[in-house]
Order: sequence, then C-alpha cells, then structure tokens
Amino acid sequence: MPRTLTDKLIARACGRETVSPGDLVTCQVDLAMMHDSGGPRRVKPMLERLGAKVWDPDKIVLITDHYLPATDADSRAIQSTTRDWAAQTGVRRFHDGIGICHVVLAEQGHLRPGLFAVGGDSHSPTGGAFGCYMFGIGATEMLGVLVTGEIWLQVPQTIWLEWRGQLGLGLCAKDMMLAMCARLGMDGGRYQSIEYCGETVRALGMQERMTLSNMAAELGAQAGIVEADAVTRDYLLAAGAGAVDIDTWRADPDARPAEHHVFNASTLVPQVAAPHSPANSASVDQQGEQVLDVAYIGACTGAKLVDLRMAAQVLRGRRVANGMRLLVGPASAQDQAQAQAEGTLSALIDAGAELLPNACGACAGYGAGRFDDGIRVIASTARNFKGRMGAASSRIWLGSPYTVAAAAVTGRITDPRLLLDRYADDAAGVERPYQRVHERTDHG
Amino acid sequence: MGKAWVFEGSVDTDVLAPGQYMKFGIEEIARHCMESIEPRFAREVRPGDVVVGPRNFGLGSSREQAPAALRQLGVAAVLAPSFAGLFYRNAVNVGLLLLECADCGSIRPDDQIEVDAAAGLVHNRTQGHQITCRALPAHLRSVIEAGGLLPWLEQRMAKGDIPAQTAPRRSARSPADSTPASPPRSDSGAVPDPMPGSASGSTVDATRG
Ligand code: SF4
Repeated sequence: MPRTLTDKLIARACGRETVSPGDLVTCQVDLAMMHDSGGPRRVKPMLERLGAKVWDPDKIVLITDHYLPATDADSRAIQSTTRDWAAQTGVRRFHDGIGICHVVLAEQGHLRPGLFAVGGDSHSPTGGAFGCYMFGIGATEMLGVLVTGEIWLQVPQTIWLEWRGQLGLGLCAKDMMLAMCARLGMDGGRYQSIEYCGETVRALGMQERMTLSNMAAELGAQAGIVEADAVTRDYLLAAGAGAVDIDTWRADPDARPAEHHVFNASTLVPQVAAPHSPANSASVDQQGEQVLDVAYIGACTGAKLVDLRMAAQVLRGRRVANGMRLLVGPASAQDQAQAQAEGTLSALIDAGAELLPNACGACAGYGAGRFDDGIRVIASTARNFKGRMGAASSRIWLGSPYTVAAAAVTGRITDPRLLLDRYADDAAGVERPYQRVHERTDHG
Repeated sequence: MGKAWVFEGSVDTDVLAPGQYMKFGIEEIARHCMESIEPRFAREVRPGDVVVGPRNFGLGSSREQAPAALRQLGVAAVLAPSFAGLFYRNAVNVGLLLLECADCGSIRPDDQIEVDAAAGLVHNRTQGHQITCRALPAHLRSVIEAGGLLPWLEQRMAKGDIPAQTAPRRSARSPADSTPASPPRSDSGAVPDPMPGSASGSTVDATRG
C-alpha cells in the first residue's frame, strides 16, 4: 500500500514494517535536543531522584539560548547548571551561546532525512524541514526519553499542505504560514503530521523550509515535514553532515493523506497577524495602517540569514522612522557572521537597527528585552499571544521580515512591496489563494 | 467535589505559565497562573476545584509548567472539548487529569462538579445531570494515577522494569562534534538506516554496567 513519509518515518522508528494512524507505538529516539530552559535545570534533579543515568549521551544535543545573555543571578545559575551537566554527563554536542536551538541544530549538521527526533521545545518541528520526524516534548517527558531512549506515540494522520505556483516579489515562507494559520486555525493541524509539498515548497531554500516546519507548531500539528531533496543534501554537506540519503525518505506519490489542502502561491499577498493569535492573519492592507513603536526581527522563526537578507532588501539606503525602534537579533552567530561578511548586517545597522545577541531575546519575554505596558510591536517571530513578549497590555503583530522592515521605515503597518524596487501593481489577489481538493478521514 | 472555574476565549501556555516567571519554581509560577485573564483565579482556587475551558486548551509552548501550575494549585481536573496535543502529553506527565468532553459548555461558573475518571463521567451536582467524556487509554491513566511520569518511572525501576544504569551507554564510535551520533539499531531490518556508514561498531556497548 502506498505510504506517506510520516508513516515510513514512524514505522522505522518503532521497528515495524508498516503502521496505521491511531496505532499506539513505542519509538526509539535517534536524537534528543534540549535547551537551557527546559533542559538540565529541570531534568537533572529528576534524574538524581531516580538514580538514573542518560541512555546515550551521544544522542543528546544541548544548546543554550533562552536565558542569554545571563544578565541576572538566576540566569547565570541556569547557565552554569547547564554547562556542568553537559560536562558530567559527557554530552559532546553542547553548543553554548552560539544561537537559537532550532537554527543551531540544523547549521551544525545534526539533522538528516529519516531521523526520529524529539526536542524540549514546542518549535522542535523545525527539524522536519530535513525530512525527519521531530516534535516537541516537555521536561518530564524528556526525562523519560533520557532514561529509556524511547517514547510512546499515537501514529498521527498525515495532512498534505501543498503549494502551487510562484511566490511574488516581497513574499516568503512566513506569508505562506500566516495564510495557512488564518485558513486552518491554530488547531487545524489537530496534533497530526503535516507534510508540506508542491512546487512552491520545493523552490524554497533550507532556511525558508525551516520557517514552514517551525510554525507547524502554530497550526497545532505534532510535526511539519518537508521531503528531502538536492537542496537538503547541499545544505547538509555544507554543514559538515557528510553524505545523506535523500532517495529513501519520500512519500509515495499515490499515498492518500487524511487531508490534502492546496494553496496558490502566485495570488498570495503579504500577510499580517493581529494580536493575540497567528490565526488573526489577513492581507497587509486589511490590517489598517496601525501605528507601531517597535519592529523586531528576531527568533528562530524570523532572524535566520535568509530573513536578515529580506529585511536588508527593504532597509538598504533607508532609515528607521522617527519614534520607531528596530531591533535585530540574528538567530545564530554563524548567520550573523555571514550577514556581516556580505554587507547585509551593515545595511540593517546603517538604517538604524539595534543589534541584539544571538539568542531568544524578547521572543518569549523571559528576560532580556521584555516590552513594557502598551507597547505596539511588529515582529518576525512565530507567536503573538497576550503577554508573550512582556506586559499583558503590550500588543504584537506578526509579519514577514520584509513586512517588519517596511514597518520600521514607515512607523506603521505597510505593504513591503511598496518599498521594493520591482513592485508591479498586479497582485490584486482577486482569486482566493486556497482550494480544498479532497478529504478523507480513514486511511483504508 | 469542587467548584467549576469556567474560561472562555482562548487559554494558551502564556496565560497558564507566563514567560516572565519561567525562571522561578512552580510555586511562584502557579501564583501567576491565568492572571492575565482572571486575576482572582490563583488566589481563590481551592484543591478539588475543576477548570472548564475552551477547545484547543493549552495551545502554545512546550512548557510543562502550564499543566504543572494547575496541579500545584490543586486543580482536580481540566474539562475541555479538546486539548492542544503537547499540553495533553505534558499534563499526563505531571499527573494532571484532563478529560475531553464535548458537552462541558453546559457547566456554569461555581457549579459543584464531581469527576469519575475511570468511568469517564462528570457529575454536575448543581444542575443535577451528568456528562460523558472520552475515556482515557489505560496506559495514560496509569501514569496520571501514579502522580505523573516521574513517580511512574520510579515505580517501574523499583520493580526492575527499567535497569538503574551505573554508567551511561555510549556508542563506540567517537563522532566529531559536527557528526551526528549513530543510532544503535538492530531491528531496522530491510528499512534503510538514515545514517549510512554509522552501523559499524554502533551497537557495541562496552561500557554498560
Ligand atoms: S526564538 Fe522564540 S520561538 Fe524560537 S526557540 Fe526561542 S523562544 Fe522559542
């Protein structure tokens, strides 16, 4: 029987020939990623209480990003707990202060097609961009993985989100994602497995695919997978991962997913999500010319090299509006170095951007960079829940890096295409960029 | 039996466990649970009370402090038409009872509620009727009944189901930092290994005590 990629990945991980949605299976974990917030500071006391050691330190990747820079005593204690635990446990893949976990995990070459992986963070589906099955878990569940090397799973249904056509100027994966959040809702993924597919997805580079997989979390899916291809292979080669198999881990073209939605990229226009949900997305002109205080290019979702380049395309030769702040926190040190070498970073700084460390920063409102009462922010991050970036009265709009950069220039929500050179006034968006092809709830 | 706290709209993990308190212990986080939508909640909720919420309850982050804060406050159960998947897993792991129940919208604030998890029934003493919920799989109920995954693992280790490890297992191969560790798989059969070339020596486990 033809199978989806999800079925193949999970069948391998649980050691069975085939699986069916709904089966309860136990999977062997190939890779477990933790960060400083949900990692050692939480699992170490539990491991000690159990008197247990980790099952295999070579399958653990540990990355610090949430409580950096460590500006207070609590954050410093969290950082030293994390470092000490890595040394004691013998975790060699420990990346300390070089960027946000999901981006670092990829750029250090730890992911590859076929893996079954878990991460102690809700945006762990990001790993799915490499043709892995990867999902997020909490700290106690991570403890279970650390002790047993296994995790239970109810085999999910597969949802195909297919994109056809070519994205226009000033449009990117973030716009695709916000459009899908608006159309399908934050529980549209039903904690099942999304496979992003179609010519538009195949035409995206790795970091753009990562944005899609990352925000599978905002669709409420467990995983968000992109089939590996030559783009994946080339990225992993450059990341030092060595040769990878891109032929095995593919969906059978005649497989029948539980749902199959088709979106049209060529009629898509820039999307902006209003407070307090990514599902409150609509085309940029429908959000009014909302006046803003801060433009924030940050997070694993929206401050990778490709995102910085988009922002620079808008900002080059321009200045941030009076009264506006533009904050840029490149997602990793490596991406920042490349942005610096090629002139992307100077375009941002010359425009008036304030540079933040390569860490989560204000994205989760944990420490550094919290926003005060009443502040109006437009951000390239994934979430705009109430109070997420600080005070409950602060408000967050979400947009692509292009859109956030355009808002920085004008001080209000603005269609970024107006600031891009080759803007052609033909994107009227008359056709609805969405069409439902077929739906099945059984997998017979 | 306890009284019902009814929440409408959306209850996400930032509402349950606000980011700015995440560096503190669960007692402090619990003090701020729900404060952005119902400041009275954390102060006035009593052990045995029941939270009734909207669909996709607990959407958002992987922070298990979100269900743990409710358990810390003594919440006996959360009833909602549906739960975010990650929140659901975390709730089981911290021993918080969740019941998926399509008809919980009939429950009004302060109704006296009694929950029978094994039968999947919710008795509304105030309104004098009962609501049927989706029954929990036995495996998950055993984890919740143990008080969460940690005590459940403790029980299994005491019974000898999981060996206490005296030394960490380590793959025999020494991957450089940029080389992913190899999965010691012996059961993959005809299924190709995603890490070709890693098989040699990867199943050797010389250090296990
Ligand atoms: S940048 Fe934001 S979304 Fe990404 S891992 Fe950090 S807190 Fe989570």
